[in-house]
Amino acid sequence: MSFRTYFDVPGSDASGLLQQVVGQRTRVAARMATVDRVVAVVSGKGGVGKSYVTAALAVAFARRGMAVGVVDADLQSPTVARLLDGRTDAPLRVEVDGVLPAEGRDGIRLMSSDHLLDDARALRWTSHAGEEHVWRGATETNVLREFLADVQWGDLDALLVDMPPDASRLIDLAALVPRIACAVAVTIPTPESERSVARALAAAREAGVPIVAVVENMSGYRCGNCHDVGPLFEGDAGVRLAAAHDVPFVARLPFSHASLNEVADALAPVADAILVDPRRPGNSP
Amino acid sequence: MKFLCLECDAQLTFTERQQPGDGTFAAAFVCPRCGRRVALLANPMETQLVSSLGVRIGGSELEPAPMELTRAATVTREGAFTETDPGVPGRPRWSPEAQLRLGQVPRFVRGMVKKIYGEYAAEHHIVEITPEVMDRARTELGMEGM
Repeated sequence: MSFRTYFDVPGSDASGLLQQVVGQRTRVAARMATVDRVVAVVSGKGGVGKSYVTAALAVAFARRGMAVGVVDADLQSPTVARLLDGRTDAPLRVEVDGVLPAEGRDGIRLMSSDHLLDDARALRWTSHAGEEHVWRGATETNVLREFLADVQWGDLDALLVDMPPDASRLIDLAALVPRIACAVAVTIPTPESERSVARALAAAREAGVPIVAVVENMSGYRCGNCHDVGPLFEGDAGVRLAAAHDVPFVARLPFSHASLNEVADALAPVADAILVDPRRPGNSP
Repeated sequence: MKFLCLECDAQLTFTERQQPGDGTFAAAFVCPRCGRRVALLANPMETQLVSSLGVRIGGSELEPAPMELTRAATVTREGAFTETDPGVPGRPRWSPEAQLRLGQVPRFVRGMVKKIYGEYAAEHHIVEITPEVMDRARTELGMEGM
């Protein structure tokens, strides 16, 4: 038996799957049209202080009088909203044009799964279809898409995306937001972190996202009394990553009792690097 | 996905969909030439795989509600979201029966669905929304299941 193929039959299908997916992308693009730059903060590894750097960068922008938003793309381990004093127990207000973002300190606009979850409960799904590993990735990516497209971000100078540790998630973000302005990579000094962050840098290259800064967090320990910085971890991952991948090593953050404002000040050169649009001719970092 | 009547070499026309709540999905099609009716029955895994894309199975004329997938797919804490009634000045009345039926629509899309019925009524100069009006709007706008 021989019969016609999908493309041989001229009528449209009832589901309009392709049109719906195109509509999703269109809504992301429309929402991002009022955002000057989307900046991903990546590490490729958990526990290096990526959310902490994201929060301090947001404060650095806000203290310059800039409008800044933060998306917590780490759906399973959301932390950045609380770092920015965002109330996670208040309801998110839904309007026809989208959900209003939560507000953190300094007027920073926030969206995080932390606003949706009960304390001490992991992100769970309503579906009982089973074989969760098959469909969870697609669902998580589409939740992130809604965090971008369905929130009334308004006019923003910068929207920072606190990425999950998995290096490949930057490629997913790049599929949703084709013109990510740049990424900031966060590492700690150890060789183990160096190897993981190298993978994140490779993922950024694959996604066509320029890395404008490497930040080495927990780069020594600053004594609370004498303020001297002593060794904390073995390794020199920040310098080595910058040299190996031809990206700027911009800041070291010692482990300390510094306030978020003080860390924001220390990250001023990173904020400067972000504001130099690397995609504009002559602005290559 | 398209369905073809091999006898008539004609594309089947979609007529109805149902999602009974057990994770399955059913859609009915009819051949425009011979009138043969066919049902597509998807199991929960097949239904979930497509739902994970954030699309409405079977399509819809309605714009997605804000965070529709997030609110439907994730177990959120009680009161995570609060609705704002879209409010349409001079909007039509809702009969008690229609209000009852509207109450059966999932809460997270209810505001949007209410607005669309309201706009449909306004366009057709209908002063009171009744279940019959809702049925007509559902058919014309492809809102089956709402």
